[in-house]
Amino acid sequence: MTSMPFYVSPEQLMKDRADYARKGIARGRSVVVLGYDKGIAFVAENPSRALHKVSEIYDRIAFAAVGKYNEFENLRVAGVRYADLRGYSYDRTDVTARGLANFYAQVLGTVFTQESKPYEVEIVVAEVGEGAEDDQVYRLTYDGSVADERGFVAMGGAGESVEAGLKERWTPGMSLGDALSLAVGLLAQDPSGGAARELSAAQLEVAVLDRERPRRTFRRIGGSLLNALLNTEDPTHDAPSTDDPTPGRHDTLTGEGEVRDESSNPETQRPEGEGNKPEAP
Amino acid sequence: MTTGPDAGRLPAAYLAPGSSSFTEFVGAHAPQLLPSRRTLPPGSTLEAPHGTTIVTATFDGGVVMAGDRRATMGNLIANRDMEKVFAGDEYSAVGIAGTAGIAIELVKLFQVELEHYEKIEGTLLSLEGKANRLASMIRANLGLAMQGLSVVPLFAGYDLDREAGRIFSYDVTGGCYEEHDHHSVGSGSLFARGSLKKLWRPGLSGDDALSVVVEALYDAADDDSATGGPDVGRRIWPTVAVVGDAGLRFVPDEELRTVVEAVIAGRDGNPGGAR
Repeated sequence: MTSMPFYVSPEQLMKDRADYARKGIARGRSVVVLGYDKGIAFVAENPSRALHKVSEIYDRIAFAAVGKYNEFENLRVAGVRYADLRGYSYDRTDVTARGLANFYAQVLGTVFTQESKPYEVEIVVAEVGEGAEDDQVYRLTYDGSVADERGFVAMGGAGESVEAGLKERWTPGMSLGDALSLAVGLLAQDPSGGAARELSAAQLEVAVLDRERPRRTFRRIGGSLLNALLNTEDPTHDAPSTDDPTPGRHDTLTGEGEVRDESSNPETQRPEGEGNKPEAP
Repeated sequence: MTTGPDAGRLPAAYLAPGSSSFTEFVGAHAPQLLPSRRTLPPGSTLEAPHGTTIVTATFDGGVVMAGDRRATMGNLIANRDMEKVFAGDEYSAVGIAGTAGIAIELVKLFQVELEHYEKIEGTLLSLEGKANRLASMIRANLGLAMQGLSVVPLFAGYDLDREAGRIFSYDVTGGCYEEHDHHSVGSGSLFARGSLKKLWRPGLSGDDALSVVVEALYDAADDDSATGGPDVGRRIWPTVAVVGDAGLRFVPDEELRTVVEAVIAGRDGNPGGAR
């Protein structure tokens, strides 16, 4: 015999789901997204080198997430597929953070209302513009609601206290070094008022969308460059405009080794110039 | 997305785990966008612009690829400044001969395929992996090739493991063959290959290899009407990509001009380039 279905009011049902998702998200460590003078920086407390919380989606768009890894990884892959398909069938310039945020909002909203369990994730989709006023940062929550944020966002367990700190101390046009030090200082604070922890570079995942780069603007920051940027006594305040010279994938800036020859071209097209007409973007 | 079998949910292809291939995703989600999924009415022949000659040669520390700029349609020049050498990604170049429209679309798909893999997996494909991906795309195009719209690419890249430049050639059925030292495809390739055999030496420097491929293209244009020679009046030079451990770089026009003018000067009163 099947049991009698109990009536549960929609309000109660949604509230239960929201509480469930919020609890899941609050367990995780925090991620900070904040603007600096030359782009947008992402700082996550994440000791893993392989399981990323911050990733590249497209030329000028990046993704940051907190919550359950398998769920946001699923969303990241879907986002890369969405962006690449759009760029392939229209043009690279037609891939926008707004479109991607709407796409994620649909997905999260549908999962929240229709699946038996909501996604326990909170994500940020950020696009770097020509100038700081053109930067776009969207925060998406587990139920599919979208918020258009200005300047900075903090999510995850200590999200609220970090955001309060950012509201107080973040200013437009900060250098990368200052922005990273601010974010790391706030992440290290104990939200319940205890002593601040010590966060070393090895416990951090840091990336930037650098508006001055051509085409793919996303770069991770690691190695001695990250140490130098976080050290307030070090004169380094900015990420270099050229990639590392070591052969291989150039997604991480470490500031180690000599400067890479600027004429080498990590882009996929011959630059537009006199007398040449590129056939594909 | 609100109606149909997915009923507001995301199409399954977006969330399918395990695949890092953009082509597979497009094939499952929007197959009409793939160049190979098009069918032609049977029995018809079509005249479309054709790309012509691509030349590639290895040198000490990498590989250089050059293509002329001409596209022909029958006896006409369809385009005199078409680019036929593209970057696949940071460490590889693709040159195309055959039906230009399909070839360029195929290269565009190949570029997205490599970048897509890189973003999803967080690592670069091996050079052989890239060559094989391109082979499977050519294979998928066999139907169109049998109706006269064939695409024959030439793939060259820098192998990060072996620290050397490598060349891969293809046939219309998608067969992928590794070539040694140098290779050429397209209508002028017979003459270019002859020229390469005489000009290429083991252990060439990058600059010497650049002038060797430009001269091979010159020889191809000398005897093949479909291959465009350097057009001094319009300042149209070949497209040349150099791939080495520092990545891929397209040779800028000013540098090419010097090389082309040196080749032309060398042929003054010595049209066959005997030496």
